[in-house]
Amino acid sequence: MAGFDYLSVAQARERLDRRDLSSVELTQACLDRIGQVEDRVKSFVTVTADLALKQAQEADRIIGSGAAGPLTGIPTQIKDVMCTQGIRTTCSSRMLENFFPVYTATAVTKLLEQGAVILGKGNMDEFAMGSSTENSAFFPTHNPWNLDRVPGGSSGGATASVASGEALFSLGSDTGGSIRQPASFCGVVGLKPTYGLVSRFGLVAFASSLDQIGPVTRDVADCALVLNAIAGHDPRDATSLPLDKKDYTAVLGTGVAGLRLGVPEEYFVEGMEEGTRRAVETALEALQAMGAVISPVSLPTTKYALACYYIIAPSECSANLARYDGVKYGYSYQEAADMWQDMEKTRQHGFGQEVRRRIMLGTYALSTGYYDAYYVKAQQVRTLIQEDFARVFQDVDALVAPVSPTVAFPLGERTSDPVKMYLSDVCTLPPNIAGLPCMSVPCGFDQGLPVGMQLIGPHLSEETLLKVAHAYQQETSWHLATPQL
Amino acid sequence: MALDREGVEHIAILARIGLTEEEVEMFREQLSNILEQFETLKEVDTAGVAATLHAGQLHTVLREDVVEDSLEQEQVLSNAPRREGPLFRVKAVLEE
Repeated sequence: MAGFDYLSVAQARERLDRRDLSSVELTQACLDRIGQVEDRVKSFVTVTADLALKQAQEADRIIGSGAAGPLTGIPTQIKDVMCTQGIRTTCSSRMLENFFPVYTATAVTKLLEQGAVILGKGNMDEFAMGSSTENSAFFPTHNPWNLDRVPGGSSGGATASVASGEALFSLGSDTGGSIRQPASFCGVVGLKPTYGLVSRFGLVAFASSLDQIGPVTRDVADCALVLNAIAGHDPRDATSLPLDKKDYTAVLGTGVAGLRLGVPEEYFVEGMEEGTRRAVETALEALQAMGAVISPVSLPTTKYALACYYIIAPSECSANLARYDGVKYGYSYQEAADMWQDMEKTRQHGFGQEVRRRIMLGTYALSTGYYDAYYVKAQQVRTLIQEDFARVFQDVDALVAPVSPTVAFPLGERTSDPVKMYLSDVCTLPPNIAGLPCMSVPCGFDQGLPVGMQLIGPHLSEETLLKVAHAYQQETSWHLATPQL
Repeated sequence: MALDREGVEHIAILARIGLTEEEVEMFREQLSNILEQFETLKEVDTAGVAATLHAGQLHTVLREDVVEDSLEQEQVLSNAPRREGPLFRVKAVLEE
């Protein structure tokens, strides 16, 4: 391989199988690219160069024996919220700075079983709480399209690594937009599958009823390939759906003629940037020209999603993060007078501000006297949001909306104002609340920064979303644009 | 709804999170602002609406009651900040 190139997974597969390129060469090219841009992009918490080259050698052996799978020998980055046995897994938190998991997340195991090559672990907002990757305890990640802008979050490392050509694909996780919003900001494809389609075993828990792992890729065909690899039932996750294996690439190329696409007016929020609106509207015109039937729909509960989410997610977070007590693993303060004070100091020093803010918010929402007013109320509104979606999906096959009301914002702009930061999630929260599949697909540029179009479908409609997104990419070239780095 | 300093300190105790003096004030202001956003839910009529606990489609998943391998003791203890033999070590919880 002569120097660095923005290869898709499918392109790399073809060259690997043709023996025009070895996995060791491809992996070394990615490591070289990391060496070239990482001091500016900072998408990795940990780079596992030696391990990657060893995995690549093994992949080349598998390819040589004729037993290669779709991802054999393909270099990837894993968001540092997924446990990897023997590889430090930090969640970008001081709390887990030196944590070495003793097992591997099922989604990652499935990649390894195919012989994928792990380049390292992706930077993120601490414990996946944030929308800009500025909440990493170590360093912020920078947007490859403009280094003064955020990459989005919380999977900002995952999307920046793919956008900058450091990795061919990555795995992210999405609790309220953490794959789609950074995918939109970085101009790559990101999918949050239906709740239960991908195992959460080994995914460090933030909000268990909302969390889901998904692929980040250069294009939609690659997205289907990676989803093929990671989807499937896992007895170690009680919420994992017992479904037969599907080939998500089978629907690619079948077109959108006659498909009914709804446009939820409530997602075009006040304060939305004009350039973003224009890009999404232009994409809708393109889909219509391709034969899709576009109609406006209304989801009146959308305006309650933000409050609903920021009660439910912190409540679950406060319970999940109770495990960080400085006893079993992780950072441990031991200089105080007694065990309780040690624990308070451990959690004070081990967690950053946003994590502590959400733990306290959740603790409050679940505490005596407030439980009904906040937590139960939010769960009831959750039912109404789900019913809203169910109603519109009687008339349309999928929804098309913006991912974020703005393009990537400047680093530091929203760090001191949590409410302003939360508002950047307004279009991505509702599908998580309802457990629906949704994705971000590049659909244009504004201010020199990528804009993403969001597709949302009913439960287990990944094939519809991939079909629409793939058809769109056959007619447009936004996903082929690359940043100047 | 606005929180006072005592409210913040009470939550911090429940959550076992230590706070500096400045942080009590910062979180008081920020949490109050966030709670204000939640007021919007009051306008939603939820009388008779069932609460949704999760967005999954499964309920009460069971498996066969068979013995399976679990993690080795050494693995479980491998990240322990303090241990004594096969045990996690903590400061005394009960007093004499």
